[in-house]
Amino acid sequence: MSDTPILKVEHLGKSFGTHEVLRDIDFSVNRGEVISVIGPSGSGKSTLLRCINMLEDPSAGTIYFEGKALSYAPKDQSAFRARVGMVFQSFNLFNNMTVLQNCMVGVQVVKHGSKSEAEGLAKKYLREVGMYAYQNARPAQLSGGQKQRVAIARELCMQPDAILFDEPTSALDPEMVGEVLEVIKRLAEQGMTMVIVTHEMLFARDISTRVVFMDQGVIVEEGTPDQLFNHPQHKRTADFLSRYRQV
Amino acid sequence: MDSTPTTFFGWVAYLLNEFWPRFLAGTVNTLEIALVGTVLGCALGFVVGIVQSIKVDSHASPVSRALVGLLKAIVAIYVEIFRGTPMMVQAMVIYYGSAEMYGLDMNTFFAGILVLTLNTGAYMAESVRGAITGIDPGQLEGAYAIGFTHFQAMTRVVIPQAFRNLIPQIGNMFISSIKDTSVLNVISVTELYYVGRSVASSYYRFFETYFIISIIYLVLTFVISRLLRLMERKLDGARDYELVIDEGAEVA
Repeated sequence: MSDTPILKVEHLGKSFGTHEVLRDIDFSVNRGEVISVIGPSGSGKSTLLRCINMLEDPSAGTIYFEGKALSYAPKDQSAFRARVGMVFQSFNLFNNMTVLQNCMVGVQVVKHGSKSEAEGLAKKYLREVGMYAYQNARPAQLSGGQKQRVAIARELCMQPDAILFDEPTSALDPEMVGEVLEVIKRLAEQGMTMVIVTHEMLFARDISTRVVFMDQGVIVEEGTPDQLFNHPQHKRTADFLSRYRQV
Repeated sequence: MDSTPTTFFGWVAYLLNEFWPRFLAGTVNTLEIALVGTVLGCALGFVVGIVQSIKVDSHASPVSRALVGLLKAIVAIYVEIFRGTPMMVQAMVIYYGSAEMYGLDMNTFFAGILVLTLNTGAYMAESVRGAITGIDPGQLEGAYAIGFTHFQAMTRVVIPQAFRNLIPQIGNMFISSIKDTSVLNVISVTELYYVGRSVASSYYRFFETYFIISIIYLVLTFVISRLLRLMERKLDGARDYELVIDEGAEVA
């Protein structure tokens, strides 16, 4: 195993007009790590993920993938995204396709895989997320939790090196949160490299190798779940966590 | 037998009996022009609408950005001109203009299709642009996230969904096209209205003739609108889905 982090963010800054959303972010992800990013709404967590996946252009700083600075040429963007997947809060399943087609299309179009290869992968990962039975359904016919599990399967079909999760359970009602977290937890156990922006504190504590706390566009502190949840170094972190404890 | 009819429906039957081959020929011409014009016009509208909705990537090269800008300007001018002038006038300008300026002797039938195509394309372009911008941006991001290029995301995900949403509009265009072919009589295309005019004046039975013509137009548009509704339902896919029993799963 190489020592180079799979993803490395250096001095990342992002402004929308005069509004500074991210300031001087330094952050890296090693292979096999599961990193939870927590923090209040508007702290820049999602923007950080979106910058990493090039859905937003950073205003400052550099992002490295396997030691090389990201290239923003359209071709390189696609190649990078095929290797680092993203799961969204709003699922973003393709509405014009069935569940099975949603999972197959990436393999066929991006990786130029054969139809049978794509179908094999799609069925394998749909089985893994417990959605095999629903392969002929359309996204509109599924519940939120089911959609998110399909979205995860769609990413897995690309056999990515890492997956970014942008609040994967925030749009779900409490009963469905569990089924999605269960799937992510299983991926963690299998050693998938993941960065998860989440408000599920117990989940973050259970599955993360490292937790990052962000507030007002900066990383306030990071550490192991035990360090961050039980011995926070900053008052801001302690305040934020105490609000969750009361619930 | 030879006595002329005295009632309204008597005249209708009489005219139909005597002129049915001409009514039929006019109907076929109208339908052909409308069909070809709408299909080509919608295709043109899709191309133009897609061009108009191109968002230039800030990372693209200056050459491709300039090219896209030029293309957008050209299609914008086209849309403004053909939406901003009556189709009847366009028919005159194109048909007589091509003859006087370039000495082209355009077949009137062909000229009719050309005018209708350009007209339909201009209206359709705006609807297509609207339909594309109306698709949830999350659909694009979902496609980007698995490595699609912008082009792949558009052709595989966004445009198919925009197309589905545009079917009612395509139906609208088709129905107006069928009716609008009537203005092509100004360049002597023998479509339904042109036939009606000549039939009406042979016995001076205007009401009866145009009554027949109206019914034919109505039947055409009604059939077309039902067919498109059918297509819509087909594209939506089955309302039910079958659960698939997993035979490959390990028994827990």
